[in-house]
Amino acid sequence: MYAVELTNLTRRFGDFTAVNNLSLQIKQGSIYGFLGPNGSGKSTTIRMLCGLMTPTSGSGKILGLDIAHDSEDIKHKIGYMSQKFSLYDDLTVKQNLEFYAGMYSLSEDVGERRIKEMLSLADLEDRQNELVVNLSGGWKQRLALGCAIIHTPQILFLDEPTGGVDPKSRRMFWEIIYKLASQGTTIMVTTHFMDEAEHCDEIGFIFEGNLIANGTPSQLIKMVPGVLVRIATHEPMELLETMIASSFPYLDIYPFGASLHILLEEDQLAQIAAFPYKQITPGLEDVFVYLVKSKRKEMKI
Amino acid sequence: MITLTNVTKYYGTRMAVNGVSLEVKNGEIFGLVGPDGAGKTTIIRMLAGLLAPTSGTLTVLGAANPEKIKEHLGYVPQKFSLYGDLTVMENIRVFGALYGQSAEKIDVVASHILGFTNLMSFKDRLADNLSGGMKQKLALAAGLMHQPQLFFLDEPTTGVDPVSRREFWQMLFKLNKEGTSIFVSTPYMDEAEFCTRVAFLHNGQIVSCDSPEGLRQAYPYKVLELGTKDRDIKEHLKKCSILDINMFGDKYHLVVEDVTLATTQIQSVLGEMNIENITLEEIQPTLEDVFVALAREVF
Repeated sequence: MYAVELTNLTRRFGDFTAVNNLSLQIKQGSIYGFLGPNGSGKSTTIRMLCGLMTPTSGSGKILGLDIAHDSEDIKHKIGYMSQKFSLYDDLTVKQNLEFYAGMYSLSEDVGERRIKEMLSLADLEDRQNELVVNLSGGWKQRLALGCAIIHTPQILFLDEPTGGVDPKSRRMFWEIIYKLASQGTTIMVTTHFMDEAEHCDEIGFIFEGNLIANGTPSQLIKMVPGVLVRIATHEPMELLETMIASSFPYLDIYPFGASLHILLEEDQLAQIAAFPYKQITPGLEDVFVYLVKSKRKEMKI
Repeated sequence: MITLTNVTKYYGTRMAVNGVSLEVKNGEIFGLVGPDGAGKTTIIRMLAGLLAPTSGTLTVLGAANPEKIKEHLGYVPQKFSLYGDLTVMENIRVFGALYGQSAEKIDVVASHILGFTNLMSFKDRLADNLSGGMKQKLALAAGLMHQPQLFFLDEPTTGVDPVSRREFWQMLFKLNKEGTSIFVSTPYMDEAEFCTRVAFLHNGQIVSCDSPEGLRQAYPYKVLELGTKDRDIKEHLKKCSILDINMFGDKYHLVVEDVTLATTQIQSVLGEMNIENITLEEIQPTLEDVFVALAREVF
């Protein structure tokens, strides 16, 4: 049995199709990354899976339960955390966890044990009696995760959990995600940080409501055509302008931190011989750029 | 263009900004980075004239009170208020009118800015129906309606996808070329690389401030990049001479002082455990490495 199994799932808002005939499967215990540009239908899909929104057509199963009919049963088996999670600012860390334990009707013993586990998992033990209002973003976000999984869900849905979170806090958050996955929790996560997507076992890429790629990170990386080269530079934006103005042939060119990435056909490599370039294997960020730009070209948008 | 001298800001008893001194020159793209709650938003709000410092002095375009010269300043806050039930063009007109521009002038500037931000073909779309990336572009466009000399942006690309982020930065760069100075905060370290200078803020204080290259050069350690499928690497390499281990995508960055020593140790430990198919090489530190190291030192 799959943890999540979607068949032709569709959601329309008026004459706008947000999710179109989406079919995918997520294996139990895996981390599934759900990627796509802003407005491509990621949040709508996750909301349908959590029973917060009904599909227009098609069907979805969570641990064998039907998302349209069994949403009450599903709610006890899943956890959901979005970028805009709700914590009570005027309660302490521990009181927030107690509140969520109560919401999920955990017995006193289980509740107490889980609160301890969550404080330890999220590295919040030393701050359990502090008011939430005094915590900064990374801490709040780990507490929100603790609240979202206090009832030991089998599947966890994370919708841009690390949006606006600094690099150090993002890493602490992902170490928790790894731990949960290694203990058997299935995780479906959306993110705009492609280094985070590299941690996923499988990835689905959605564009304008359609699933346009699905597979392991290495399978997706093979979709990028030609050869990719990297030119290191202290002034990536300046060099980008120069390269674009020089009008040599390439498939794509874009800034990438302190470098430019240029996608070329093999026989176009000679054109950049004057630059100290290095041929590299594409990462998921390159895959993202390639998929979005090639789809836009195809659909002329 | 901007000077801050010993600027401190308290909210009640909580200190948000602690004795910050800083100078930003004309024509810069100045980046502000730092952990959540470090004081980035507070500094931007003080510079935009929305908050007064508790103590210390600041000048913006030569004025001690930014409020007085706000027609020369643009400001895009983290949560920008657009009118969802108005179209792109109508939003642009509202912001132009708010800055007291005439209807004729608004139309001329609006068509330039919509062209510049690639929003022209969406000018009749309701703001509610724009994607996140496009809303950010519209916020930028609205903030540009009065053609500011200095533009403040507070985390403009949070929640924006990798392609839209790059388009957004190409616009900022073009704007900068046309003469606008830019002061921007971001959680994305690859974006910090696009700035002329970057200040790293922590607990309301500037810990480090330099060009991206300068920050990298000041990084006191070496970085080894380890590629492996093994996910318990921190545990396995516990006894090696490694200062810190951080995930970077599907690889690990190992912070070391002695590359040769660490390399030998790592190869021997992983060899003994029969962990195969590893790649290990020294790489140039990125700003993300610098950030993680700075954050580690000050936490």
